[in-house]
Amino acid sequence: MKTSLLASDARTKKRNAAEARFKAYGLSAIVVAMLALAILLTSVLTNGLSSFQQTFIALPVELSAERVDKQGNRDPAEMAKTTTIGYAPLLRDAIVAEVERQGLTTEMSDKDLGDMISKEAAATVRNRVLANPDLVGETVTFDLLAAGRIDGYFKGRVTLESAALDGNTSPEALMIAQELADAGVIETKFNWNFFTAPDASVQRPEAAGLGVAILGSLYMMLVVLFLALPIGVASSIYLEEFAPKNRITDIIEVNISNLAAVPSIVYGILGLAIFINFMEFNQSSPLVGGLVLTLMTLPTIIISTRAALKSVPPSIRDAALGVGASKMQSVFHHVLPLAAPGILTGTIIGLAQALGETAPLLLIGMVAFVREYPAAYTPEAGLFGEASTALPVQVFNWTQRSDPAFVERASGAIITLLVFLLIMNAVAIYLRRRFERRW
Amino acid sequence: MSFMKLTATTAAIALTATTSFARDNVQVAGSSTVLPYAAIVAEVFGENFDYPTPVVESGGSSAGLKRFCEGVGANTIDIANASRAIRPTEVEVCAANGVTDIIEVRIGYDGIVFASDINGNSFEFTPEDWYKALANEHFIDGELVANTFETWDQVNPDFPAQPIQAFIPGTKHGTREVFEEKVILAGCEEGGFFQAMLDAGVDEDTAEGKCMAIRTDGRSVDIDGDYTETLARIEADTNGIGVFGLSFYENNTDKLQVATMNGIVPTTESIAAAEYPVSRPLYFYIKAAHIEVIPGLKDYAEFFVSDDIAGPDGPLAEYGLVSDPELLKVQETVSNEIVMGSGS
Repeated sequence: MKTSLLASDARTKKRNAAEARFKAYGLSAIVVAMLALAILLTSVLTNGLSSFQQTFIALPVELSAERVDKQGNRDPAEMAKTTTIGYAPLLRDAIVAEVERQGLTTEMSDKDLGDMISKEAAATVRNRVLANPDLVGETVTFDLLAAGRIDGYFKGRVTLESAALDGNTSPEALMIAQELADAGVIETKFNWNFFTAPDASVQRPEAAGLGVAILGSLYMMLVVLFLALPIGVASSIYLEEFAPKNRITDIIEVNISNLAAVPSIVYGILGLAIFINFMEFNQSSPLVGGLVLTLMTLPTIIISTRAALKSVPPSIRDAALGVGASKMQSVFHHVLPLAAPGILTGTIIGLAQALGETAPLLLIGMVAFVREYPAAYTPEAGLFGEASTALPVQVFNWTQRSDPAFVERASGAIITLLVFLLIMNAVAIYLRRRFERRW
Repeated sequence: MSFMKLTATTAAIALTATTSFARDNVQVAGSSTVLPYAAIVAEVFGENFDYPTPVVESGGSSAGLKRFCEGVGANTIDIANASRAIRPTEVEVCAANGVTDIIEVRIGYDGIVFASDINGNSFEFTPEDWYKALANEHFIDGELVANTFETWDQVNPDFPAQPIQAFIPGTKHGTREVFEEKVILAGCEEGGFFQAMLDAGVDEDTAEGKCMAIRTDGRSVDIDGDYTETLARIEADTNGIGVFGLSFYENNTDKLQVATMNGIVPTTESIAAAEYPVSRPLYFYIKAAHIEVIPGLKDYAEFFVSDDIAGPDGPLAEYGLVSDPELLKVQETVSNEIVMGSGS
């Protein structure tokens, strides 16, 4: 039977069809994966992008002396006795006056009008007055945070319908807010505070920020970098280049691979037992967090460093030894520089993994309400010894709060965390592309 | 280098980095119900005093008290928040670890409410309804038989034919204990089931245990997370009825509707007047040995129970705490550092 080379026979067709099918499977797998990513990103972005905006009320506040400085001595120590609770009526009077000045009429009580301003505002005003007692007696215009529900209205989270059912606001309050916004008193602008301010309690979602969490994460990454990188690289060089190949090194090797797969919560338990209970480091401190994450990241760094060292061809070592270099010289002058991009990539990926880790931090007290910025060093608490939180933990914390405004904050924190991870991974890829040599 | 050596090296480096372990902030842990209140107080405290803002952790009453009882020293917490009173067994553990002087501070009362999706059916419960719906076994004609109720109209003909689906706090929450005692056990007793068991010769402890055993066939789901998880479950399954703290419900009235209990709507007023039956006191416990050591600890405690904060017009009441009618006595306990068991 004659067959044409151009016409494919049944078997070729079958093989081609199998290939086409396989390609379709692969493509659909990618589509599913991309779809999952798209759904995740859309939900996070739609919920969270609004957290980068914040609603402010520009309010002239009359800082009357009888309210703020009862003794009249303009002494900050005496004036500090007036608490933020004492400042609240000041702000209430200010917004009532502002509503009148704008010619708006409302049936809302003065108290309800006052509740349109964030509880954080009293602290803002008080701090300004204490820092500058000369302001007492004058009328000063402050840019004050609007309450969470009012903020939610301008972001579309709160509507007139939901406000009617809501005990914490009312449609009247939203309508007044809308009229004040039309008059230019209420303004929504970019929210730098989200990145710098500390956490806030459930009554002030509008004031909550990531400042402490970002600082805590930064400290922990520093601890991880300065401990995990040298320890990891030193142990991999020794294991890969110097250690004899025998039973003991085999056991160590198996154990390291095994440790890389240990659930991270186990490191948290270990950290609690060793670093807090035995060595008595401070709870909730970035030092303990960093140490725990170091233990967790070490196997990752050792494995990737060993892979990078292995990928350097033996001919390089042989050539170095051949011209009279010692073993150590061959490793440090030739092998290590060639393996450096791989080591760096592994380290950055390990750091990124540590940055997003929550579980071990649960056990060492970092899932906490912390408002003080942790200092890098204090004589009392030592290096990185002050309480702090971390970015992923802040997300966890905020999703548990009862005020729905924290959902927006949590999504905003996720976006921030994702951006950090994206930057780290992009740097890792760039370094690999730029410096990696293939043989 | 073995892993143990690595660990030792890491530890050695860290040890040289940190030489002293003093702490200048108050450290608090415990009940997730008390957490929002404690955070509100910590925030205002940090704003108005020269001390650093206390660090408040969550994790549940039992977990908090366990850490509280671990011992005395800067690496242990100063205050444990609890949504139930400390148990005698916990006091013993505390004492065994050297935590002997404990100051008990009752900050007020919290209502436990039953809420469901705002667009669903509304309910008027009695504790007996809940016992019938959620008990693991019913005592019928002198025998314990498995609970077979599937819908609410089987429990009480007045209810709609909505499938029974309850989301109740998990066992690590203090709220669970209150739910079992004030709702399930109360329902068992009110319905006469408890008495029936006693009459049938069952001893009291066993009968109580049988009354409070919750069914495990999926009609009742334990929520170990926070109320936000309960809310998410109800949003996903609109037949669900969840157990919430009053304050959580009051912050989410646009999504939830609350059920009455014995015909009483839960509000701070009805709880303060003891009309609404399901409420419990909230506490925090201070380690007296830390008062001299940790700066600001006593000021924080006194500030917490001051009229400005915990009083009926304070921020805690505004968030949903039912103010303690005996607040003055609580304030004296704190300012005089009266420890538990000292007889006063």
